[in-house]
Amino acid sequence: MANVELRGISKRFRGVTALRDVSFTVADGEFFVLLGPTGAGKTTTLRVIAGLEKQDGGSVLFDGGAVDSRSPAERDVAFVFQQYSLYPTMTVFDNLAFPLRSPLRKLDNTEITRRVTEAAEKLRIGHLLQRKTERLSGGEMQRVSIGRAIVRQPRVFLMDEPLSNLDAKLRESLRVELEHIQKKQQSTTLFVTHDQVEALTLADRIGVLREGKLIQVAAPRDIYDKPANLFVAQSVGTPRINLFPSTYSDGSVRVADSPIALPFSQNGLPVHFTLGVRAEDVTPGQGDQRGEIALVEPLGVETILHIRSGDVTLLSMVSGMTHYRLGEAISFGIDQDRLHFFDAKGDRIDVEQGR
Amino acid sequence: MSETTNGESVGWQPSAPVNYSTRVDKVGTSARTARGIRIVLAFVLAGVMLIPVFWLGLTSFKSRADAIAVPPKVVNFTPTLEGFVNLLSDRSVLNARRLELMKERTDLTWYEEIALKNGQQITGISQYVGRLRNSVIIAGTSTILAVILGLLAAYSFSRFKVPGESDWLFFILSTRMLPPVVVTIPIFLMYRQLGLHDTHLGLILLYTVFNLSLTVWLLKGFLDEIPREYEEAAMVDGYTRLQAFRKVVLPQAVTGIAATTVFSLIFAWNEYAFALMLTTERARTAPPTIPTILGRGGVEWSAIAAGSLGFLIPVVIVTFVLRRHLLRGVTFGAIRQ
Repeated sequence: MANVELRGISKRFRGVTALRDVSFTVADGEFFVLLGPTGAGKTTTLRVIAGLEKQDGGSVLFDGGAVDSRSPAERDVAFVFQQYSLYPTMTVFDNLAFPLRSPLRKLDNTEITRRVTEAAEKLRIGHLLQRKTERLSGGEMQRVSIGRAIVRQPRVFLMDEPLSNLDAKLRESLRVELEHIQKKQQSTTLFVTHDQVEALTLADRIGVLREGKLIQVAAPRDIYDKPANLFVAQSVGTPRINLFPSTYSDGSVRVADSPIALPFSQNGLPVHFTLGVRAEDVTPGQGDQRGEIALVEPLGVETILHIRSGDVTLLSMVSGMTHYRLGEAISFGIDQDRLHFFDAKGDRIDVEQGR
Repeated sequence: MSETTNGESVGWQPSAPVNYSTRVDKVGTSARTARGIRIVLAFVLAGVMLIPVFWLGLTSFKSRADAIAVPPKVVNFTPTLEGFVNLLSDRSVLNARRLELMKERTDLTWYEEIALKNGQQITGISQYVGRLRNSVIIAGTSTILAVILGLLAAYSFSRFKVPGESDWLFFILSTRMLPPVVVTIPIFLMYRQLGLHDTHLGLILLYTVFNLSLTVWLLKGFLDEIPREYEEAAMVDGYTRLQAFRKVVLPQAVTGIAATTVFSLIFAWNEYAFALMLTTERARTAPPTIPTILGRGGVEWSAIAAGSLGFLIPVVIVTFVLRRHLLRGVTFGAIRQ
């Protein structure tokens, strides 16, 4: 396995900038997730690393050595595509054996069979080996796809939204398996997704990409707790973070168009800013704030309450089912140690938070 | 097929897939009658198309007299191979004395007997055999060339950024816009200068060029439908682009290649005008030969029918061999840019 470094990668497609000056490093054995909406440049980044796309500027390094002039085959990476990657004219076995039969690797047949069987076992597709790929379900196809990546020991695994075409239940179970395999093999993995849950659950570190720019690279915990700007704050967390235009005066943070006021003693806040509050930091039933229940969304494990206070609506998340009813007047509290502040440009304002 | 998710055994599958068809339009009675009507119509249509071929086959087995009988004979004639013998052999008419001599011989083969019935003696193999061979060589080689070159060109147009791609494609297509007959005279003069007149190479080159526009456009349509992710996956898996093309793209393009092959073969096989103008003897193909049978000693309808029938056979064989790929190929690869 290798570490991968991107140095100032930029790429344009017919006048559209896909990547601008993207730099990051994936450490040996790390599970790195690129998170971003459609069109953010995630797939392009992967394709540049694999050598399927030539960057306009910058350099890709494996273990400190530039690989820019090498062909995809010579880079020795494994790529799991979102779809369409199983060779339809071959059986599952032949699909798995295909990378091993490459002229670059001169493996004998017993070794190929051994490795294919081993990979198939790991992914529980051993019973499918003789089947044609068109007779597989979506989940089985993606397993074979992943299998084709793990039969050899590539320097890097590149995964382009491998789970996004699967139904929810399957996605969840394959996600867990993927993590097990990665941890067991200690493989350097670069995983691309637009699904924040996948990013948070799988990643050792997350890189948030927006319109070709890398906005923040951090561990999932820091991405969630210290988002670098509004975009990152909104990208992670379900339900999404509460954001309110607010002002600071007389030692209190006041939410516009609402009676919500929070005493706040730290310095460094401008007069106008955006206040961010995670839904789990809004606790109904206790506290000084007043509001009424506008909507109850029971999800089983948790319930999302929409609390109306003045002209703004807050989302609050409580665990389990609740007894709250529509229209009920309640009091609620906001955890003042976990407030997020963003300036007019949307960037995080770091305020020393203590009590 | 139920999904085996991970190891945990799930007693109750919340979304077990439905394995039987729930489409109602397949089972209704009105749907069944519609199906019946479609089948009958297909048979009627096939009948209309096949009657000339059937008649051709019938005529080729008739004697000279039966072939021109009025009213036409459909079943009440004695089948004979006279037409085929006349087609494939050169014969001379025997005078009365030699006719008597021939009749007394007992060592005659069956085809010599047939010729004798018409008072003729077989003197050799007719030129038709050689010309059918020319047709096979020229049409076969030019088709293979056109498909291989077309495949490479179509793949490049489909996968790479070719500067001025649409202009090139239009140029290639434009070679088809003129009726070929218009350029026969200039090509005739050029070929005379270049020494290509009446050579196999000359016709092979010409047919290849004419077929290229068809093969490039048809194959580009087919290749465009094969997602490029397959080759990219193969390239990442350790293959060069050419290896990926051979191992991953070609097997998926078989349908398109089959359809394209049949179309170009039919063109090269049937071509008449150029073959007539540009060949005289050595490289002459079958199409301009068949009408010449007309001239020798009255209209030999059964020989013409036999010649046409023999001419049909190679195309029928190729189509039959490739039939599994053809249906999808003909209906699927719509040309678009």
